[in-house]
Amino acid sequence: MTAAVLHVTPDSVPANERVFESECLVKSNIPVNNDYRLLILDAPAEILNCTPGQFFHIQCPVRGGHQPYLRRPMSIYGYFPEKGELQFLYKIAGEGTAALAELKTGESLNVVGPLGQGFHIAQDWQNLLLLARGVGLATLAPLALEAQRLGKKLTAICSARSPELLMSIDYFRDLGAEIITVTDSEGTSDLAHLQGVIEGLIAGPGIDAFYTCGSNRLLKLLQEMGAKHNIPGEIALEQQMACGLGMCQCCVRSFRAESGIVHKRVCKEGPVFDLQEAMGW
Amino acid sequence: MVDLSVQIGDLSLKNPIMPASGTFSEDLATVFDLNMLGALVTKTITRGLRQGNPTPRVCEVSGSMLNSIGIPSKGVGHFITNMVPFYQAYNSPLVVSISGNTADEFARLCEEISVPGVAAIEVNISCPNIEEDGKAFAMRPASTLDVMRKLRAATDLPLWAKLTPNTGETSDVARAAEEGGADALVVSNTMLSMSIDVQSRKPRLGNLMGGLSGPSLKPISLRMAYQCAKAVDIPVIGCGGISTIDDVLEYLIAGASAVQVGTATFIHPTVMVQIIGELEAYLAQHNMASVRELIGSVRDEEAADTVVFMEAAP
Repeated sequence: MTAAVLHVTPDSVPANERVFESECLVKSNIPVNNDYRLLILDAPAEILNCTPGQFFHIQCPVRGGHQPYLRRPMSIYGYFPEKGELQFLYKIAGEGTAALAELKTGESLNVVGPLGQGFHIAQDWQNLLLLARGVGLATLAPLALEAQRLGKKLTAICSARSPELLMSIDYFRDLGAEIITVTDSEGTSDLAHLQGVIEGLIAGPGIDAFYTCGSNRLLKLLQEMGAKHNIPGEIALEQQMACGLGMCQCCVRSFRAESGIVHKRVCKEGPVFDLQEAMGW
Repeated sequence: MVDLSVQIGDLSLKNPIMPASGTFSEDLATVFDLNMLGALVTKTITRGLRQGNPTPRVCEVSGSMLNSIGIPSKGVGHFITNMVPFYQAYNSPLVVSISGNTADEFARLCEEISVPGVAAIEVNISCPNIEEDGKAFAMRPASTLDVMRKLRAATDLPLWAKLTPNTGETSDVARAAEEGGADALVVSNTMLSMSIDVQSRKPRLGNLMGGLSGPSLKPISLRMAYQCAKAVDIPVIGCGGISTIDDVLEYLIAGASAVQVGTATFIHPTVMVQIIGELEAYLAQHNMASVRELIGSVRDEEAADTVVFMEAAP
């Protein structure tokens, strides 16, 4: 068996809007630390026309005691068309991811995607700041690769409970990013300290845009700093999903709009949203 | 070449496979060619704007799901201006699902949505009726008859009445819908259900309760489709838990003239396309010229006489 798209997509749909249901083959599925695992798939070329920040909807296998029914949305950790590879970084958090962890090399996995709206990098932005905690870094990893491709300067502030849980540091460093790590155990991850670090960056090399995901605390901090210094930003958000395509309206969240509070679908209008429109939770 | 076409009243469908309301939108056009489907059934719209229910709006239960979306709607004007023209690019008939809080409001929407480009109206009479203590129109024969008469008077388009499983009077409700002027019955909707997280002791849906859909619902909906097909002379469209070709065959044999595939599309977005191909192959393999040969071919024989008494069977 080889990795393959399971259907014919309509020619009338622009290439970057096409969504594919595909069978992929597991190349490897191994722990990267005590909490997280890296899944590498052999994927057909069509589905690797992705944007950083997009996600796939994954049909976790039914295994023994694990019987996930709905698909699980998972942000893309890496997509490499030249190698035919699709990567996901995940934590075992429930039935779906527990079942996913049991997938062995050579087994098949059904994925739907790429889905949603990814991050934007404006042409005139030179200094990008990425701020994330824990597995949130997985969502931002493709952005680091894109920043390198576009010749942008990237600073990544990586936050975790403890130094051994910091992930993707080497990955970001290899892409030429400047890394600043903060952890709870070292007492460096509190908001006051983070604010000082970011103020220093703004005063020094300057920051043209913020990118973050996953944390209410970090969202509020960046919203305040963005408003104060007039720096735009984007955030990737999560919500329980059913279809992942925009049909079911399950995954809405509230956003600030000129007309008041509006609902938007995380799967379709997101998962990446304007930083100032996003609302805490 | 086998004939997959079926007839729902005056409306001819190229095949009996269509999406269930709420599990389909223009977004599926990014996956496959919508012209492959027998009909295009939209998510329910209301006359005015509706935000819908609080999140979480979905949770999974063993092998199925619960949802409580709450019919968010951009209103009838938005639908006529934006969605009807979108679907006119497709040759599969457009079936618009509508709902209202009162029979009169429902009828007014039914009239407003009767525009060129709309082939039929699916009336979601499974939604709560605020004039009847929030009980769905289709829970009782009298409220079903009342709302269907008003809807019938409001349009010349085919009316498909979508029934609810949350009733103990399936056959009587079906007959009331037929008497009130329905051209077909869609049998049926999700079943009121609940799930609680035992760690937090909180209901797992923001709205506390929601509708069960998926494979667990199928035996219930199939039973209802069978009862309705026995009770009325208008076509029945089966809906509930269909995810495989065998599920489709089961509904057709039970008496449904067509089927709606819902939650299965969330798991496999291309499942309807796959099922249409498998249905064609099944008919060819069994030397059947037309899918219509399957409809109502259940071998229930003399036991069928007792079906009317099974309403409250244990």
